[in-house]
Amino acid sequence: MGVGDPVGMEVAHVSASGMGGIRTAGDLVARMQISRGMKIKEAKEYVAGKLKVSVLELSDPVVMGELRQDLNIGTMSPFVGGAKGIEAKLRIAELLGIEINCVNKFKDKVKW
Amino acid sequence: MEKFHMRMGDGSATELSESELRRDLEDGTKDAAERAKIPPLSQNELAYLFDVYSSPARFVGVDRGNEVIFSYDNGAGKSKEDITEIPLHRVQEAQVYEKFLGADMADFGHIDYSFKPVKSIVTFEQQALEYALLVTTVPMFYGSQPNLGSYTQPDGPCPNPMELLPQGKIAEARAAQEEMMEHAVKDMVYVGSAMYESGADGINFDTTGAAGDADFLATLRAVEILRKKYPQIAMMVGMAGEFILGMHGELTYDGVRVAGLYPHKQLELVEKAGATIFGPAININTDRSGAWNVARAVTFVKPCVENSNIPVHANMGMGLSGIPMADCPPVDAVSRASKAMVEITRLDGL
Repeated sequence: MGVGDPVGMEVAHVSASGMGGIRTAGDLVARMQISRGMKIKEAKEYVAGKLKVSVLELSDPVVMGELRQDLNIGTMSPFVGGAKGIEAKLRIAELLGIEINCVNKFKDKVKW
Repeated sequence: MEKFHMRMGDGSATELSESELRRDLEDGTKDAAERAKIPPLSQNELAYLFDVYSSPARFVGVDRGNEVIFSYDNGAGKSKEDITEIPLHRVQEAQVYEKFLGADMADFGHIDYSFKPVKSIVTFEQQALEYALLVTTVPMFYGSQPNLGSYTQPDGPCPNPMELLPQGKIAEARAAQEEMMEHAVKDMVYVGSAMYESGADGINFDTTGAAGDADFLATLRAVEILRKKYPQIAMMVGMAGEFILGMHGELTYDGVRVAGLYPHKQLELVEKAGATIFGPAININTDRSGAWNVARAVTFVKPCVENSNIPVHANMGMGLSGIPMADCPPVDAVSRASKAMVEITRLDGL
């Protein structure tokens, strides 16, 4: 919640203090906040451990862009044949060792 | 004498001398501390804020490593034709937030953004959400407001407490609010359940407490029910303002009187109800400087973070927590408020 109200403000906020979403590891850290209730420090350390990178590198779009492509967990510019949307989330759930609601629904539907 | 560029709470530009800037910072933290009975900022923290606000830089940011998570409460509806006149479907807008704007979490919702109207069209909302979940990667919440006011006559089923109170009908006004709460809890649980069943990562209760203590209490009850029903569901409770208005005045949750609570006490109840993320919202004073407003806002939020067992994402949208009340808040003001909130309170997200 928080920064959604004024149009155009999101860019300033994210540039000043945001992790960067799928450009970096922001969505992965967010997933640990919502699935395990982790605070920011613990969530970053958990994700960094899983990805085998430093905590500082989690917010680096160059490092994370390449790593996300290697891990096939969704990137800002999807490569041909790369995981997108629900496919990426399925891999993220396995990578982080968490349950993702829509992934579980998807598995049920396709009898995974 | 050197003057520092400053934005007022309405976004207009002004200049402050060094002594005026220091006085505004001290007055801002003192105001919050006195109201909420919490500690004011330390001299070191005030010195940090002075550095942030005396910097000539157009844009400032947190130190590397201090970045936080960004969640949203826009319902993926900010680009609708009636707001910015960009005809994007909200699924596309969620993708824009994910790909262009670096959102760590996305929010999906109905243009009215209230639980009551969503109830009657919930299947359409589920359908749209299910599609959005297929094509996005970041966690996605379904967002809506408790909006207790929507349950009053003539649009809703209950007598309007705002009409009853001026007539001196206190008991009737309280009874009406209690009835409104019953309807609101049912709707929040109904819609929240449907969206979670459709795959949402969680539910975002946005602008909670806008109609006062009954609005806040209804949300706590809905959160409690959903937590029991779905142990894994994520729930964000974002507030409407810094103080719970006592429109009813006698409502309690777990023995605590709800009216009059400031953020650090709101947090305790939100946590107890079973929410995953708490979003304090600090009001803006448009007649005071950005420095005054930010010093005040971080003073309110800091004890929330210190006392919380769940992540805290402060509401820093337009007109909240030091962000000017302007359609296009200037980046110098937004970046300063953003940096100050993150680096002083050490919170988990915005």
